[in-house]
Amino acid sequence: MSAPVPLTTDPGRVASATPPAPGRSRRLSDRGLAVAFTSPALLLLLAMSVFPLLWALYLSFTDYSATRGGAAHFVGFGNYTAILTSAQVHQRALTTLIYVVGAVTLQTVLGFAIAYLISRRTHGRGLLTTLFLVPMMLSPVVVGLFWRFMLDAQFGVINSMLGSLGLGQVEWLTRQRTALVSLIVVDTWQWTPFIMLIALAGLTAVPKYLYEAASIDRASEWFRFRTITLPLVWPLLLIAVLFRAIEAFRLFDLVYILTSGGPGVSTETLSFHVYKVAFLGFNTGTASAYGILMVLVVIVLTQLYLRYLNKLKEG
Amino acid sequence: MAVSVDEAVSAGPARGRPPAARRPGGRGRSVLEVALLTVLAVVMLFPVLWMIETSIKENRDVYAIPAEFFGFTVTMDHFKDVFVAPDGGRSALSVAFLNSVLVAGASTVLATVLGVPAAWAYSRFALKAKKDQLFFILSTRFMPPVVVVIPIFLMYRQVGLIDSKLGLILIYAAYNVPFTIWMMKGFVDEVPAEYEDAAMLDGYTRLQAFRKFTLPLLVPGIAATAVFALIFSWNEFVFAIFLTSSDSVRTAPPAIAGLIGGTTVDWGLVAAASVVFALPVLVFAYLVRRHLVAGVTLGAVRR
Repeated sequence: MSAPVPLTTDPGRVASATPPAPGRSRRLSDRGLAVAFTSPALLLLLAMSVFPLLWALYLSFTDYSATRGGAAHFVGFGNYTAILTSAQVHQRALTTLIYVVGAVTLQTVLGFAIAYLISRRTHGRGLLTTLFLVPMMLSPVVVGLFWRFMLDAQFGVINSMLGSLGLGQVEWLTRQRTALVSLIVVDTWQWTPFIMLIALAGLTAVPKYLYEAASIDRASEWFRFRTITLPLVWPLLLIAVLFRAIEAFRLFDLVYILTSGGPGVSTETLSFHVYKVAFLGFNTGTASAYGILMVLVVIVLTQLYLRYLNKLKEG
Repeated sequence: MAVSVDEAVSAGPARGRPPAARRPGGRGRSVLEVALLTVLAVVMLFPVLWMIETSIKENRDVYAIPAEFFGFTVTMDHFKDVFVAPDGGRSALSVAFLNSVLVAGASTVLATVLGVPAAWAYSRFALKAKKDQLFFILSTRFMPPVVVVIPIFLMYRQVGLIDSKLGLILIYAAYNVPFTIWMMKGFVDEVPAEYEDAAMLDGYTRLQAFRKFTLPLLVPGIAATAVFALIFSWNEFVFAIFLTSSDSVRTAPPAIAGLIGGTTVDWGLVAAASVVFALPVLVFAYLVRRHLVAGVTLGAVRR
């Protein structure tokens, strides 16, 4: 950082690369450069992310409706109390909770198991990993559509396979209970590779001398797993789990495509309900308050995520 | 953290199989593990294979009960229908694919042009509250799209960006900029700042040093980052469905989703469109497989 620096790009001045002096003005030009380089990106974020959220915050205190138009009347915290006390919202929150916890738990267990099995292979690990990653790269639209076809009660391949095994048919997407299960299964199918990928990264990073030392001590496999593998992979795994939890909480497209919230409201998550309030009910003010509350949840989760990320980076 | 798929392959034999395998019964266990992995792989890949199969089946085979796994007649009709309309002209889907290429491409270019210099600045300079700024940037990316889209919708209606490609390009760029900055910052951090210091000793300005010495070293990283941004924009659905409506603007995801709107669904066509849509993503993802961990965690987790 002590390098003497010419002040301008002017070729005449460059040649003369004057030694000491320019401390102050050099820092200035660095700062200028930093501002010039970061501000366009920050401006775009301000315009497209921060400003809309502030607008939503404003709307959340009004009774504005995007279709009715007209002036927005200030209603104080009316929208917020309406949402927080609504039984409908409580039900959606419960659905979302079941979905998030169910899907993320399944993904974590399965993803870690697959990663563990792959990490014990000597041959074909690259090929296996690549194959397992395919579902994750697909668009939720493709995933949702395709599972909808496969889970179809009449000509879906899943029921057809159940039938040839002599088992009964299941109305996957048209029964209240099973629809939510189907949603969890499909999300698990798509995102298990995500956990697997990150767990595998953690597993391959465990130094092998630890295992060697443990096997000299004749430690049992389970003991090694519990005292070496798990503690070393856990921090990274936790990052992956939190990341998935945030994503699952804000998930919209898969619900929209797979079940559209139905049957009834059995698979309506919070983000799907927001959509209905905003775009089908046209209560923009209420929907904004709803959205802001969701943003608050996301912010809490994100803070948790970033804190662990920070810990991981420093540790 | 060791990270990439390639590394997973190249790790030597010693690591993969701890001594357990040599114990009595180790062999049986190994066989069991391989069997388990095979079953899991088949379960994970079956839907993809079924999609490809459906896309090349004739309609009567698509709806066959019980389902036909082998021995059906192969047809390319569904793929033809994806690109060619019944009257011989261009199909709505092919227009949507072109729109997707344009929107994803343009938004990726914009995000890269804005994000790469910002990443360099965040990596090199001591900015005020740098960590907070970076965390703020990442957290904008975590906002639920379905919430953001409400005010964006109103905003676009005011300025006439509703149902326009430019509107989509802008919002996708805004969604990819945080990712680009985080991902690229990692790459810039890997290039020693001393290169620039040395160049500046030789009389280059900081900017010239960046352009002539650092930027060329960043090209592979920029390419990988851009590929991820491209995939994110290509796959995006929520903004696309709420901010666009006409066939001439709509991108592929809402267009494909629109195929199931009617009373009867042509699943062969849906499958073929999905295959056409997913193929480029898989090819691109394979190209950047070494950076997958960083890519899918939005640049947050890396070696």
